[in-house]
Amino acid sequence: MERCDLAIIGGGPAGLAAAVAAREAGVQDILILERDRELGGILNQCIHSGFGLHTFQEELTGPEYAGRYAAKVRALSIPYLLDTMALELSPERVVTAMNRERGLFQMQAGAVILAMGCRERARGSLNIPGYRPAGIYSAGTAQRLVNMEGYLPGKEAVILGSGDIGLIMARRMTLEGAKVHVVAELLPYSGGLKRNIVQCLDDFGIPLKLSHTVIDIQGRERVEGVTLAQVDENRRPIPGTEERYKCDTLLLSCGLIPENELSRGAGVELNPVTSGPVVDESLETSVPGVFACGNVLHVHDLVDFVSQEAEAAGKSAAGFLAGKNTRGRRSIALRAKDGVRYTVPATVDPNRMGEETIVRFRVSDVYRNPTIAVSCNGEILLRKKRMIVSPGEMEEIRLKKAQLLARPDIQEITIALEAAK
Amino acid sequence: MSEIRNLICIGCPMGCPLAVTLEDGGVSKVEGNTCKRGDAYARREVTNPTRILTTTVPVRGGTSPTVAVKTAGEVPKPLLLKCARAVKNLTAEAPVKAGQVVFKNICGTGVDLIAVKDVERGAPEAASKR
Repeated sequence: MERCDLAIIGGGPAGLAAAVAAREAGVQDILILERDRELGGILNQCIHSGFGLHTFQEELTGPEYAGRYAAKVRALSIPYLLDTMALELSPERVVTAMNRERGLFQMQAGAVILAMGCRERARGSLNIPGYRPAGIYSAGTAQRLVNMEGYLPGKEAVILGSGDIGLIMARRMTLEGAKVHVVAELLPYSGGLKRNIVQCLDDFGIPLKLSHTVIDIQGRERVEGVTLAQVDENRRPIPGTEERYKCDTLLLSCGLIPENELSRGAGVELNPVTSGPVVDESLETSVPGVFACGNVLHVHDLVDFVSQEAEAAGKSAAGFLAGKNTRGRRSIALRAKDGVRYTVPATVDPNRMGEETIVRFRVSDVYRNPTIAVSCNGEILLRKKRMIVSPGEMEEIRLKKAQLLARPDIQEITIALEAAK
Repeated sequence: MSEIRNLICIGCPMGCPLAVTLEDGGVSKVEGNTCKRGDAYARREVTNPTRILTTTVPVRGGTSPTVAVKTAGEVPKPLLLKCARAVKNLTAEAPVKAGQVVFKNICGTGVDLIAVKDVERGAPEAASKR
């Protein structure tokens, strides 16, 4: 069987940044497996600008951001395989993959970094009644068709879901000459960035209907129209509020789910809240030598934080391969409480961590003027005041090694929101 | 004559509702903001709103059927749709290099349209399947 020191599954922003960091930390034998025809992942179809403000202090388009990391990978001569699909990962870190040139092949990796990204929630998991005609796309599929394949999927569209991809596609379809009638959002608030609501909807006079959903799709061969209705606080349609829109296309932007089929096959423990692997401070999963970063771990809002996280995973994997970063005996559990839905990582080892560890999390609702409180055994370790937190914006706190080493008996750290009174 | 315009600030997730008072063609008052960024955004947005346009241009003879492009600087917001329409009639010839000017001085704005990605010469993989 072929061998490599580090196999990276996925050549998107996470995989590329992890590869660069691992090489800079001394790993020579790296292989990136990418299923698409080029490196860069989903950024290649995100042609709008707004990427890289944190990483490069300038506003780049998706392809430009991806291009910078792909250039680093090439400059460091890190090998990669394109059009190559990873099919299976074993707990012993054997990667099974295939492509047109080599057929099916297996590779024994010293360490593996999972960087497969995420997928969009599809119609099948949304329970929308109605026919199954052509013209129903996930927003990301439509984005790929328009931006990379040069097709406009329809002329009159309704969009369900106000996540950022849905908002971006409302503008994109409009610029291409289509008419976007409305964006409907089931929740009473949008999960998208304010900037996107203003610049993708308001700029073009596209209405956003909060607390609304699609209750029927008409058309046998092709979408002919959809019916929207307002929903009550239990998200049930309110009779009498139905409105029919004539359209030929329905785009769905209803959330993203980490893509963990490979992880599951390898026996990696997953967190039901994030649908991503449970990881420790080194971003190592429950399977030794298998690390995770980017949207496969938990869905991010900003690619800059994906790159940051992936660098950490790359460094950890390099340490593991050098025999300097193996899991120790001590592990402090991080418990999410009171409005905090989860934390990544889920545990920290104070001996193994660097000087500080970034802990990222999401909140369950919109809160104004809350305080993020980090505590253990009733003692407050850290308090961070925020003007506003919302489910659409990832939050972070930093744990300090010195603070944890000074408390040798702690088993658990709680991260909670103290909402404003 | 004074006029009040309502905006939502895009500076952060707070999304402050802003009320901008216009008097004799100038901004006399900004209300509703909770920080300085909100004030600056409101003034710019009512006097000279600008945006970066990003779109795609079809490519002839390239490995990809399209190339992503952007305006090298911001263009006036009222011209966005006009600029997007002007781009629709363009075709680029492969190879295209990232940073290359695809269209000069779009709609008289003085801003060039540039490619954000390389497209090499060759047969598009997707096209062969069509």
